[in-house]
Amino acid sequence: MSATAPAAAVGPAVVRASALTRSFGDFVAVDRVSFEVARGEVFGFLGSNGAGKTTTIRILCGLLAPTSGSASVAGFDVATQSAHIKERIGYMSQRFSLYSDLTVDENLRFWAGAYRLWGRELDARLRWAREVAELERRRRTLVRELPGGYRQRLALACCLLHEPPVVFLDEPTGGVDPEARRRFWDLIDDLSAAGTTVFVTTHSMDEAERCHRVALMHAGRLLALDTPPRLKAGFAAGTVLEVGCALAARALPRLEGLPGVVNAALFGDRLHAVVDDPARRRGIETALAEAGFAPVTVTPIAPSLEDVFIRAIREASREGVA
Amino acid sequence: MIRRMLAVAVKELLQLRRDRRTMLALLAMPVVLLLIYGFALSFDVRDIRLAVVDQSRTRASREVVEAFLKSGYFVRIADLDEPRPLDGLFDRGTAQAALVIPAGFGADVAGRRLTTLQFVLDGSDSQTASTVLGYARQIVVSESSRLYEVKLRPPVVARPLVWYNPDLDSTIFLVPGLVAFILMVSSVIATALAVVREKERGTMESLRATPLVALELLVGKTLPYLLVASVAATGSLTLAWGLFDVPIRGSIVWLALITVLFLAGGLGWGMFLSSLADTQQVAFQLGLLSSMLPTLLLSGFIFPISSMPRALQLISHIVPARYFISALREIVLKGVGPEVWWNDALALVAFGAVVLVLATVQTVRSL
Repeated sequence: MSATAPAAAVGPAVVRASALTRSFGDFVAVDRVSFEVARGEVFGFLGSNGAGKTTTIRILCGLLAPTSGSASVAGFDVATQSAHIKERIGYMSQRFSLYSDLTVDENLRFWAGAYRLWGRELDARLRWAREVAELERRRRTLVRELPGGYRQRLALACCLLHEPPVVFLDEPTGGVDPEARRRFWDLIDDLSAAGTTVFVTTHSMDEAERCHRVALMHAGRLLALDTPPRLKAGFAAGTVLEVGCALAARALPRLEGLPGVVNAALFGDRLHAVVDDPARRRGIETALAEAGFAPVTVTPIAPSLEDVFIRAIREASREGVA
Repeated sequence: MIRRMLAVAVKELLQLRRDRRTMLALLAMPVVLLLIYGFALSFDVRDIRLAVVDQSRTRASREVVEAFLKSGYFVRIADLDEPRPLDGLFDRGTAQAALVIPAGFGADVAGRRLTTLQFVLDGSDSQTASTVLGYARQIVVSESSRLYEVKLRPPVVARPLVWYNPDLDSTIFLVPGLVAFILMVSSVIATALAVVREKERGTMESLRATPLVALELLVGKTLPYLLVASVAATGSLTLAWGLFDVPIRGSIVWLALITVLFLAGGLGWGMFLSSLADTQQVAFQLGLLSSMLPTLLLSGFIFPISSMPRALQLISHIVPARYFISALREIVLKGVGPEVWWNDALALVAFGAVVLVLATVQTVRSL
């Protein structure tokens, strides 16, 4: 199975997982996951809630012991050397990692203290952090009074104060407006360019597109791992169709039953279908129109990561049934 | 290690400074509680409501009644001609005691004959009743020798000499215990919320991903509360001395030392509960229950440990207030130094150490 085969990274691996497994009782949250992440890479972990993304991150940060398998971060084993790992990583958890009743500077100083920064180095890092968070003028503002986007940048700055080679970001842009989100990702690109490895989880396809490589995770398993273009190249030209018709939601079961349709899914008020042959296009158009869903338009489109993701999940569940 | 601990302490102090409600509760509550309970709590029995049934109506009978009232222990609430209404007065609790002087009393005294007075007592509160009975006996003995003009001179006299608290004023005995009780409850509650708050807010997860270890976190968090609790303790002890006339005969240095040891134990216990609980609600209730009951019942604050059943005496050894109250009374009332209470101090140190280890182990385990 492709999911358990190690997917090699380009250059030396900073994060390495091998058949990593974590179960809680009977529930397997992370199931034999293997991958490598190179220095300076932006590595995306894509999956729905409960797919095992956060559990994987917590294992890698040394917060949770693996049930079986192994993983290392910056050369240290997660199960036995978590103290060394904690010195060398930044972790921005899903829940807010800042103290809302402290000011910007008080938060920065506290997290700097937790990493034993002091003296000239501390001053330099504080200046850097204020600049990155764009909060030079709001040093004495309570964090709870800051807009969400600024808080996110400050949280990121806090976990980068000690200049860790690896940073883990667990859904860092939840609840932030698109502009702030875009600027946050510019920051991630800068970090990566400076050699910091960024391990980020998301369930947003737009964000996944900005990663160097994306791992698709579903029900604890790694379904696919590659660069976004290569993931999308898994589809033959013309086999991904966008179907516009009346009552799209009700047309979906009909579409799925048509000959040559490998799978179909609802995208907003439209349908996406993956077919075995580009020539199926005409047949779909007439079949749906005859079934009363006119007007029907079928156009070949470039596959998105979401198409890749849906197909991977379908294939995985088919394998599970077989 | 020290630097990270300090970072936590500074952060906690900043948060505490902004949290007006908690700050007020920590500083003002002990003083307010001490004021309320200090006045309410006393074993001294005064102003006992006395119903008088004088059927003799003679000079002698009036003198006996007068003797009761002048003693300062009794107030007359009814003057009756016959004992029948007493039932009602006792049932309603209007009267706590009644003095019944029979019709022949005056004549008996005049004739130098043996006679009797009846003293009726509400025994439902046995502690008060036995005290009142003692007062009444004393009054009657001295009145009878006066009325019969006999000089009672028993061959052996015990001349009592009461040390440390010559008036046997129970307030002076109780207030140090009360201070201990209040400080224990407020210090446990203070820290019981400290760790669990971070769990609820989600900041604990981030703290755990830093090199910060459990011990640094716990000690760092305890320090600011120790500071605030020490201020509250100073306030309480000053109030005890200024308002309740509790003498402070011993050295202030020893007093401060034993108080800080005690506070550290209470704060440590709160930390342990906080690492155990998942919500502030649970932590608060655990803190209240585990600090209030043992300190009230098993510390020697109100009930002497020596008169407890053996099993409870054993349990009382793990109640830190027991050692603090004992040492506090020794320092404050007797003015003695550590040569007397060193074992109490040692027990408090041991309690603090055990609790810190427990809290650390629990925090590490919940990681």
